[in-house]
Amino acid sequence: MTKRSNWSIPYFIFLVLFVVLPLVLVIVYAFQDNEGGFTLANIGQFFSDSDAISTFALSLEVAIENTLICILLGYPAAYILADKKLNRSAVTIVLFILPMWINALMRTLATSELFNVLGFTLGKGTLLFGMVYDYLPFMIYPIYNILQKMDKSYAEAAEDLGATPLQVFTKVTLPLSMPGIMSGVMMVFMPTVSTFAIAEFLTNNKIKLFGTIIQENINSSMWNYGSALALIMLIIIGITSLFNSEESNAAEGGLI
Amino acid sequence: MAKKIIEIKNVSKSFGDKDVLKDINLYINQGEFLTLLGPSGCGKTTLLRMIAGFLQPDSGSILLDGKDLEGTSPYERPLNTVFQRYALFPHLDVYDNIAFGLKLKKVPQEEIDKRVRRVLKLVAMSDYEDRDVETLSGGQQQRIAIARAIVNQPKVLLLDEPLAALDLKMRKDMQIELKEMHKQLGITFIYVTHDQEEALTLSDTVVVMNEGRIQQIGTPTDIYNEPVNSFVADFIGESNILNGTMIKDRRVSFIGHDFDCVDEGFGENVPVDVVVRPEDIYFTNDPARTQFTAKVKSCTFKGVHYEMFVDSDTGNELMIQDYDPYPVDSIVNLYVEPDDIQVMKKERVANVIEGKVTGAGKVELFGGEFECSTEGFEEGDEVVATVDFDKVDLLDNLEDGVLNGEVYFILYKGDHYHLTIRVGDGRFLYVDTNDIWDKGDLVAVNIAANDIKLSRKND
Repeated sequence: MTKRSNWSIPYFIFLVLFVVLPLVLVIVYAFQDNEGGFTLANIGQFFSDSDAISTFALSLEVAIENTLICILLGYPAAYILADKKLNRSAVTIVLFILPMWINALMRTLATSELFNVLGFTLGKGTLLFGMVYDYLPFMIYPIYNILQKMDKSYAEAAEDLGATPLQVFTKVTLPLSMPGIMSGVMMVFMPTVSTFAIAEFLTNNKIKLFGTIIQENINSSMWNYGSALALIMLIIIGITSLFNSEESNAAEGGLI
Repeated sequence: MAKKIIEIKNVSKSFGDKDVLKDINLYINQGEFLTLLGPSGCGKTTLLRMIAGFLQPDSGSILLDGKDLEGTSPYERPLNTVFQRYALFPHLDVYDNIAFGLKLKKVPQEEIDKRVRRVLKLVAMSDYEDRDVETLSGGQQQRIAIARAIVNQPKVLLLDEPLAALDLKMRKDMQIELKEMHKQLGITFIYVTHDQEEALTLSDTVVVMNEGRIQQIGTPTDIYNEPVNSFVADFIGESNILNGTMIKDRRVSFIGHDFDCVDEGFGENVPVDVVVRPEDIYFTNDPARTQFTAKVKSCTFKGVHYEMFVDSDTGNELMIQDYDPYPVDSIVNLYVEPDDIQVMKKERVANVIEGKVTGAGKVELFGGEFECSTEGFEEGDEVVATVDFDKVDLLDNLEDGVLNGEVYFILYKGDHYHLTIRVGDGRFLYVDTNDIWDKGDLVAVNIAANDIKLSRKND
């Protein structure tokens, strides 16, 4: 073993302690009954627990809605930020990124207070607002990044070949910015599936998301069922991320 | 007579306070291969981008088939561009890149297939339809970029330094192929390059540009044999550019000798620039033919010919190209044929600078305050200052001068350098000096008080 490879040992220990070990524990707990014997009952309980399933469906729905809203709001914002004619100052970019400097929990608490003061009823609307507010910068930034680096001559070449400004966008700019959209989706969709704090504060626990149920189970010492739910969520997120990386490869490879 | 397809009338353009194009007038005939040639920053690419529609002229108009193109977006113009760095769409394969324009025009699929195959054959890339453009070499990408443009059968094909990124061998091959394509297609080509050899090889007409102005328009042979000014002579091929005096019609004096020439109409005893190409100075053993003698300073083999530098008996350095070498330090007899001497009117004989009297003994020129005699002028008077080329001092230390400038262009005139200095406000100052400077050097400019001659503006 060379000396240089010794440098990786601290990272290796860190990974084992904080990533691998917790994952193993989640898996072990998920397949254990109260006496510590092997069982599939925890997993089975989820599929017969209609509450859990509908919460899970709702979580996915909210995550998808949040992601879509973030794309619809974030793409034009990124486009304007990246266009030197429309945005001449770096300050605007910082303003868009600025909320990321403040802890998400604090912003969420502040938002919920604001809704209270304004007299809004907390519900799905306020939940989505909070999520979009929290995650929008994560959508804008990767799209902005890719648009800003994009060679202007692609758009010029398309226009030169007869594309109207709209066609330039749909046939060249949008497909070429797909990798940016995909990493934005990854950064917005995956954390929203498992979020629970935003739901707690912005709906007063009226709406429960999947993360909330896991938290509740763990809190009430139902570690085995909670672990099983966490494992199911991990698998689902894992599948979507596989789907995502295939998509972005395709975008680069030219199938769109 | 050939039909004019594009006319450019009084076009000017500036970016910020920098004038990029100044009053350009030009027409391009149907089917012509026209090249815009000039050093970087001369405005040639700006002009091409205006024809394509990516930039709008500040004033003047561009006509296509007699119709003003103002307000016509690039996508509505029946022109196509081959971009310098190709700009092939990385998310599409070769076929879809080429078919891009045709699909937008809703050409039927069979027709698209047929035309894509035809242009792929034309650029010798037949089996590459399904290839990813990023897997292609530079030369292959170039061919696809050309195919993508010509498949639309544009009225005019615009090419922006299309071969600049290729290596020498590939560039030579592509030049021949481009010329061949131009012949086959019969489309008008407007080609932008800074490579004079490429321009001479390819073009029917060459437009030489510098500092935002057209210097000369002509066939490659015209441009080479009859350059209109020292810039063109220096830019196109190798040349000896010398100060001379037109004694009378058909008689010119330079390097301290009098020569017969074929130029007339300059007047008597008028200062001129003289250009003699290095291959037009001949060696002789015949004393009757000898016009002047010189000492060989260096002799280098260049493949086809030898390139020699000689010092004439009057101390001027000349470059000579000949098939036979002559030994260094030997004294040789030389002559020049009358019709190989190209005489050009001097663009200017001294710096003429507009300025303003700012106080007793003080004048503002190019934004700097110089001392000089202001007798007969009042503070605030607008004046014109005349300064001889050899009376401008250039200094290394930027703090020592009234003005700072950048060496923009250097012309060797046999026994001294003629420099163009771009001063702070973007205007030009011309300097004769024996000192060696490099292009891009930052210099300080000083002018002695008694070398500035003032006269009233509009006198």
